[in-house]
Amino acid sequence: MNDRSDQTVRDLPEITAATDTRDYLSHATRFAQQHEAYDLIIDVDAHLQEAQFWPEIIDLLENDVLKQTAQAMLKGGSAMPLSNLAPGQNFQSMAGRVPHQSGPRELTDDPETSGHRFVQIVRRAMNTMGVDYQVIFPTAMLLLGTSPVDGAELYLSRAYNRWLRDVILPQDKRILGLVYLPFNSPEDCEKLVKDFSNVPGIVGFTVTSVRHVPVHSPSYMRLYAMIEETGKPLVFHAGPNWNDASFQMLNRFISMHALSFVHYNLIHMTNWIVNAIPERFPKLKTLWVEGGLAWIPYLMQRLDHEFLMRQNEAPGLKKLPSEYMKEMYFSSQPMEQCHPNALKVTMDMMNAETQLLFASDWPHWDFNPPHTVTTLPFLSDEAKRNILGLNAAKLFGLPIKRVRP
Amino acid sequence: MSEINIGTVASFDDPSRRVIEIAGIQVGVFQLDGEFYAYENKCPHLGGPACQGKILPRVLEDVTEDKKSLGRVFARNQLNVICPWHGFEFDIRTGAHVAVPKYRLRPVAVRTEGGEVFITLPKKNLATS
Repeated sequence: MNDRSDQTVRDLPEITAATDTRDYLSHATRFAQQHEAYDLIIDVDAHLQEAQFWPEIIDLLENDVLKQTAQAMLKGGSAMPLSNLAPGQNFQSMAGRVPHQSGPRELTDDPETSGHRFVQIVRRAMNTMGVDYQVIFPTAMLLLGTSPVDGAELYLSRAYNRWLRDVILPQDKRILGLVYLPFNSPEDCEKLVKDFSNVPGIVGFTVTSVRHVPVHSPSYMRLYAMIEETGKPLVFHAGPNWNDASFQMLNRFISMHALSFVHYNLIHMTNWIVNAIPERFPKLKTLWVEGGLAWIPYLMQRLDHEFLMRQNEAPGLKKLPSEYMKEMYFSSQPMEQCHPNALKVTMDMMNAETQLLFASDWPHWDFNPPHTVTTLPFLSDEAKRNILGLNAAKLFGLPIKRVRP
Repeated sequence: MSEINIGTVASFDDPSRRVIEIAGIQVGVFQLDGEFYAYENKCPHLGGPACQGKILPRVLEDVTEDKKSLGRVFARNQLNVICPWHGFEFDIRTGAHVAVPKYRLRPVAVRTEGGEVFITLPKKNLATS
């Protein structure tokens, strides 16, 4: 029996929302040794938790009435004026069981010397997980597509895009962004594509999927042509919507989350294919984010089956729907890993080796660290390298060169 | 394998938990109703720091004899430690996931003697395995 006099015992505290990201993810650092030799790790979906930075975004609103409204609401105690996120139904952290969902509350260093607080936190996450680049999305803004308030999505999106361009992206080249498109206003989207497509650090354009607009509407064709011309992808980011009539039948967050995230991407993808958008814009690349992977073989099978019988209702298609899906890109999170055989079949069907892009979704509650990919036994080393970084480098036009410490 | 004295029994409240790291090995030690339990601080899901998570009672569905649900209630006699990465909940007494026991924390031998608490560190560096 040895006592501890010759060994140092370090106490590890309970992890809370105030825990430093480097401590929260320290186990991921150990697993990161598995991809240490890989040239490039790109995380195509990580998130800003906007609440703390909302006042900065509000300050950039270009509509004076909305800006004064929002600032007055901030003074009155509202955390996120003009946002349509329902704070009382924000169950992601499971009553504190998953604290990183509630943050960030960790201490950061002096911004004068270390950069914007958000930049510091993102760097910590990237360095701890062993990632070269992270593509940032908002969180609460994922629901803005259903805001009934006139101008809310338009002006908040313009303010957010400016905040990215002017405040965040210049501070660290490893942080990448997408132009948030206020998709309910096609002409305003076109202006944003013109104004932002050449901004350093902007690697594409994102549509938050939670909305009730048909992606095949003629009003979007000029926008798609413009985006296709840039060579950058159009990214559909899934999201939850408990206010949707069907989902109001679901009484637990788990149910709504499991279905709702996939639901909107299912609808947009189906419209995208059935209306032959890929035939009209063959060079327009699309990336489908945060719906997981299990929906992909479902939709491939379902649409192929129906198309063969009802081809007259999708006459623009020249091949099976699944073949169009095999040319699209998908992010890997949340990777449904409970059925490894099904996951392997999924990855085979979707051409994961060339079409799948690693995503962490950090700091959300169901995040996936990079070893979610490196520990998959059925993937070759080449496939892992592609999924973890090379596919995203090709999609976003990034050099294949390590930039992480 | 080496046995380490990690402190006195009196230094643990009941219930309480202490997570320690010695030579890169992390172990969570729990006292519950006078008994000690210890597990590797590594979630079987994706390797998160399971023992450093929140401790809460298990949640049950309260179903009446005529099969109606009265909603969720806390169990009176089961405490779980919850992995802060993704919320996997483990019964502190058994280390097993509350619903799917094939997922379980790896136990570490723990004993008390003379008012002191000893754990037996496993050979392998658990934090990197």
